[in-house]
Amino acid sequence: MDAFTRLDAKVVPLPLANIDTDQIIPKQFLKTVDRSGLAEGLFYDLRFDEQGRPKPDFVLNQPAYKNAGVLVTGDNFGCGSSREHAPWALIDFGIRSVISTSFADIFYNNCFQNGLLPVVLKAHEVQQLMDEARGGNHVVSVDLEAQTVTSPSGAVFTFEIDPQRKIKMLNGLDAIGETLQAEKSIDTYEMKRALSQPWLEGA
Amino acid sequence: MAGKTLYDKIWDAHVVDTQDGEAILYIDLHLIHEVTTPQAFAGLRANRRAVRRPDRTLAVADHNVPTEGQALGVDAVADEEARLQLQTLAKNVKDYGIEFFPMGDVRNGIVHVVGPEQGRTQPGMTIVCGDSHTSTHGAFGALAHGIGTSEVEHVLATQTLRQKKAKNFRVRIEGEPAPGVGAKDFALAVIGEIGTAGGTGSVIEFAGSAVRGLSMEGRMTLCNLTIEGGAKAGLVAPDEKTFDYLMGRPATPKGGAWEMALAYWKTFFSDDDAVFDREIVLDAASIAPTVTWGTSPEDVVAVTGKVPGPDTASTPDKRASITRSLEYMGLEAGQPITDAKIDVVFIGSCTNSRIEDLRSAAEIVQTAFLNGLLVAPHVRAMVVPGSGLVSAQAEAEGLDAIFKAAGFEWREPGCSMCLAMNPDKLEPGQRCASTSNRNFEGRQGRGGRTHLMSPAMAAAAAIAGHIADVRDYL
Ligand code: SF4
Repeated sequence: MDAFTRLDAKVVPLPLANIDTDQIIPKQFLKTVDRSGLAEGLFYDLRFDEQGRPKPDFVLNQPAYKNAGVLVTGDNFGCGSSREHAPWALIDFGIRSVISTSFADIFYNNCFQNGLLPVVLKAHEVQQLMDEARGGNHVVSVDLEAQTVTSPSGAVFTFEIDPQRKIKMLNGLDAIGETLQAEKSIDTYEMKRALSQPWLEGA
Repeated sequence: MAGKTLYDKIWDAHVVDTQDGEAILYIDLHLIHEVTTPQAFAGLRANRRAVRRPDRTLAVADHNVPTEGQALGVDAVADEEARLQLQTLAKNVKDYGIEFFPMGDVRNGIVHVVGPEQGRTQPGMTIVCGDSHTSTHGAFGALAHGIGTSEVEHVLATQTLRQKKAKNFRVRIEGEPAPGVGAKDFALAVIGEIGTAGGTGSVIEFAGSAVRGLSMEGRMTLCNLTIEGGAKAGLVAPDEKTFDYLMGRPATPKGGAWEMALAYWKTFFSDDDAVFDREIVLDAASIAPTVTWGTSPEDVVAVTGKVPGPDTASTPDKRASITRSLEYMGLEAGQPITDAKIDVVFIGSCTNSRIEDLRSAAEIVQTAFLNGLLVAPHVRAMVVPGSGLVSAQAEAEGLDAIFKAAGFEWREPGCSMCLAMNPDKLEPGQRCASTSNRNFEGRQGRGGRTHLMSPAMAAAAAIAGHIADVRDYL
């Protein structure tokens, strides 16, 4: 998992509430054997028409929002099924942080497992970010260390985050990353074992 | 200080470190297959991580392989999703340098048959695999259990698993079993006794003279089904039978290393003064050939018994679930279980597809054949050996000829109708005598009705055309 310290990136507004995981990544994309490649299915029904052509008026299809890294969106983002494909798809698309007034629980947890930073701000702050994002090509700065979001016009909003989670995000630690902090112990264990049970080596 | 249980000893030998109250447990053997690994490898790639110990990892293709035409190779697999998963596994093992027995390789087969067969499974080890019936390997005195895909990724990357310790539960089965009664009947009787959640949070050690009396194959059947009793894992302490089974297998140590390994393996047993959190004792002599009647492995009945009714339940919930099971299974309360007419017989799965299982079924079939009996005309009966090597051994012994002469299909190895991810499926409403491990609704195909039983009982059912008492066919 990539560490998340400070992100300066283009911001894209998606002013819809209750976007569920089925909208984030519809179920026909779950048969994949890969975690990457899911970008194609991100917000599929919003992005494409029945014939699979991009809908020109959808924000993510507009050139001014190309390569956006921060998504600002409505209440209760990520509700619905627990699929981990939702954060995978967002990350694969290039989104590293989602800002909203609230998130569904499982989605919120899954974000931290995958290096995607969910940020909860107040309703008027989210609204201001959406207004300032309009038109495209605007950059926000999400600073995890300082727990602040700086809007395109320079307004600074602070946010709360669980300290444990913050540390893990800052260091890019998922469960694997956490275990690898004990890598020395694993090395030592393996060295001892190679001596006491040599028949297990070099199979 | 109290002594240690077998589980305590394996656990203690593998704790690498502790973090936030969780042990980081070293994993000696990681078995992988096509279905539960693709996202784990994708995760490694995304994070630019390596596989820590490719040499302690072994891959097979088993869950969704077809049971015919395997020699044609993966590209000939008709099901698109299955083909993609098989191709993905082939690529992943190549990229990461993991040993792989591909479809069609004589060493390939069901992951829990292959591990022991190759001598990869050894006493005192920790073994994991993304399949719940990994408990099978406990028959060798190894701590073995199933894991999820995120844990598969964790083990690939770190060769460890974050774990909390489970409770010690001992099941002793004492005495001499009656003729025609074996490991599958023991296992079903235990689940019937403790229920499908009875083992929750525990590791069950099987002990007692009847367990000692079982062959390694029988012990594997017993441990395989531990998970259906809700336990984390099953264990049998290794003994001479274990060591005899392992000697000379491709991955077991040879020469001086064998002696060294043997001395180490012999330290894995529960001390006399070890304390168990729970213990039950079963009398082997009182266990009859057992089958399931419902849609949970705990719904067991002796083959001489009757289908229970809702009135036998102690709670309203239980009553409702019996009613629902009876309806799904198309059975009437109070009818003798032997009345149940069979459409399909499946002899296979990691529970019962080893050479000894096939021998015990073939014996019944041969005796019947010599008495002029074949597979009942309305029954589709199939045998799916657990691995290419089991298949080859059975063919060398002429077992395939016996099965085929009596009207069985002799198929190529894989999980097959155990989970019906390949083309071998029940049709809605079809009733199956199955040697597998799960009789859940739809497990063997949508609307399919599964009765779990031993290979010998399944063979008897094939001949009789209904559930039958194997003792009438001995
Ligand atoms: S035979 Fe069934 S239980 Fe065994 S590994 Fe295959 S799918 Fe799992």
